[in-house]
Amino acid sequence: MAKKRIKMNTRGLLKGAVKGSEYKKEAMISYGILIIGYIVLQAGAAAGIIGRNLQGQFVPICVYMSLAIALNLVVGLSGELSLGHAGFMAVGAFSGILVTRILETSISSGPVRLVIALIASALIASLAGFIIGIPILGLQGDYLAIVTLAFGEIVRNLMNVLYFGLDANGKLRFAFNHTIDGVDTSGRIITGAIGATGVIKTASFTSAALLTAFTLFVVLNLKNSKQGRAIMSIRDNRIAGESIGLNVRKYKLMAFVISAALAGMAGCMFAQGYSTMAPTKFNVNTSVLILVFVVLGGIGNIWGGMIAAALLTVLPEALRQFADYRMLTYAIVLIVVMICTYNPTIKARVGGFVDKLKPKKDKAKPGKEVA
Amino acid sequence: MKKNWKKYFVVVLSAMMVFAMTACGGGSSDGGDAEGGAGVLKIGGIGPSTGPAALYGLAVKNGGELAVKEINEANPDGVQLEWMWQDDEHDAEKSVNAYNKLVDDGMQVLVGSTTTTPCTAVAAEAFANRTFALTPSASGPAVTEGNDNVFQLCFSDPNQGIASAEYIKTNFADKTVGIIYNNADNYSSGIRDKFKTEYEAGGKTVTEATFTDETTDFKAQLNTMKDAGVDLLFLPIYYAPAANIMTQAAQIGYAPTYFGVDGMDGILGADGFDTSLAEGVLLLTPFTPYSEDENVQAFVKAYEDAYGETPIQFAADAYDCVYAIYDAFAKTGLGTDASMDEICEAMIGVFTGGDFTASGLTAEKMQWNAAGEVDKTPKVCMIQDGKYVEQ
Repeated sequence: MAKKRIKMNTRGLLKGAVKGSEYKKEAMISYGILIIGYIVLQAGAAAGIIGRNLQGQFVPICVYMSLAIALNLVVGLSGELSLGHAGFMAVGAFSGILVTRILETSISSGPVRLVIALIASALIASLAGFIIGIPILGLQGDYLAIVTLAFGEIVRNLMNVLYFGLDANGKLRFAFNHTIDGVDTSGRIITGAIGATGVIKTASFTSAALLTAFTLFVVLNLKNSKQGRAIMSIRDNRIAGESIGLNVRKYKLMAFVISAALAGMAGCMFAQGYSTMAPTKFNVNTSVLILVFVVLGGIGNIWGGMIAAALLTVLPEALRQFADYRMLTYAIVLIVVMICTYNPTIKARVGGFVDKLKPKKDKAKPGKEVA
Repeated sequence: MKKNWKKYFVVVLSAMMVFAMTACGGGSSDGGDAEGGAGVLKIGGIGPSTGPAALYGLAVKNGGELAVKEINEANPDGVQLEWMWQDDEHDAEKSVNAYNKLVDDGMQVLVGSTTTTPCTAVAAEAFANRTFALTPSASGPAVTEGNDNVFQLCFSDPNQGIASAEYIKTNFADKTVGIIYNNADNYSSGIRDKFKTEYEAGGKTVTEATFTDETTDFKAQLNTMKDAGVDLLFLPIYYAPAANIMTQAAQIGYAPTYFGVDGMDGILGADGFDTSLAEGVLLLTPFTPYSEDENVQAFVKAYEDAYGETPIQFAADAYDCVYAIYDAFAKTGLGTDASMDEICEAMIGVFTGGDFTASGLTAEKMQWNAAGEVDKTPKVCMIQDGKYVEQ
């Protein structure tokens, strides 16, 4: 009986139960944002209303959305602070570049190469997440944040001195300085601090949007599963969770590794959208930026994080008309939004206003809060 | 309740004020829209005008702006130029966004990007989208590799190594040469590779020592050099570690002749550095504001008047870029109504045609090869009495 209930729960079909309906609502809003956004942008691009500048950001927007969703799994659901997600992104990005480059001669179809690269980068990033997760998930709070911060920096600095290349037989080789045995200049793929250059782009808006949908699917389903509830109960009260026999470390590790794998895939997609990728991109600023998406969207609020990611990616570009004052304006907007979304007075006021309109539209309230 | 309303009102009002202010700032800096008889050529510029590398980006922005202003004022009836600048924060992703923004805004020719990594990303976009690009200062070889439309006005890193080796071989034939370089840095190790190959081709050997970004104590490297009897130390590195090296060498009583490349530019402004230690330092640099050349003096004066600071080589590079593009555009015979890709193909033809030379502040008679690299005579300067003196 219990088993059956869980199964129904995972599908979100438990009619009448609060959990199930909330899940349905969250899923509907999240997928809705993604699908409507995709259709509107795609139509806008086709009709020529959207310029090159915004079109060039389609892939990064989807990638940052995926990252916000993935990090929400750790920060929102598991209640741990990770400052090293750019590290997983880097692992995914560079393993993706290596895989696509190796397959370039044997597989001519870009999308197929991309899918294989995504799978490979998910595996490698989850391995990295697993290795780092085992020793550190006994830590809590600040300690975990510091160790993940260090992890991100280690990955970046390692990539600064790592050189990869293909030798004459098409075998992958690496070295810690710029002369790799048996690899000539043309065979070099990743060259230390310069990173990878001349990458053939395989990412497209459609594939990036599909990746975001996949990330959403994984995280929403996990959130609404037995495991997801275990993760959240440990977040809410670790001791209570332990007392009913939950393996704390296992569930924390599960959230962390899945999040790492998803971040790796997002990193892979990101790298495939540019023809060059240097390790400096994945510094602590990027980790913090992802965290800002999550915090701004509301910790644990998955679609809130998605909207925040999209807005904060587009905003600096939209503010280009302010020239020299661009970053100043960006900071001010950020502060104002932070104050407004977390200020109970303003929240209540907006909420009260929305409540008046409510009889007509049920979903208006959560939509207004963030926007 | 009333109080809360006030608070909310103040926040909104101040936000509105900031927007109004910034909008004004943005509007006035556009400028250069003057319509001449022959139309307007829109030149885009990209570089980091905010962030840690802002020093370079602002220099390029100002240098380019100055050149555009001069050209427009000198010949109000001819082709007028418009300088459109976008910030990239020294980030490849932002740089591509900036490029796309410029294309949206109708850019016809690109000066940029300023720094190597962003420029590599933009170069690939510009190649696919057919935009002619002349970068003032992105010296990495990956910038021009495989891109027929991207040209460098500065020496590429490998060529700096070769030029330095040749100069040292000719002028310091009897010295024992050593290199201290940053092996975690692309720029530094790129120059070192070519220098070593070129220098050792003559049957000589060099003593080498390495460091990384985190190194602050150079005593071990310096003792290696001292023990090997090195009396000419080649430093293909940025000025900050070079200042450390010179200070610590003085502490252990070691005084070789120092030879640096363009990264050494700025040593006299290094924080907490006793500039008397830099006396006699030789460096390969395309531009010195202390030159007695009258064009350079005029440029330095105009720059100081307009921006209140002494120009660095990046400003001179950008200034030369705009003039080179202006001259080359005149040779193409195209009108300013030509599209971006028409201009691109025609400009590639002019730049690689063999008979096009550009003269400017950083060199006389610059020429470009099909690979996009510039051919110009390197200038070697010596620091004397706190100033660069051309050798």
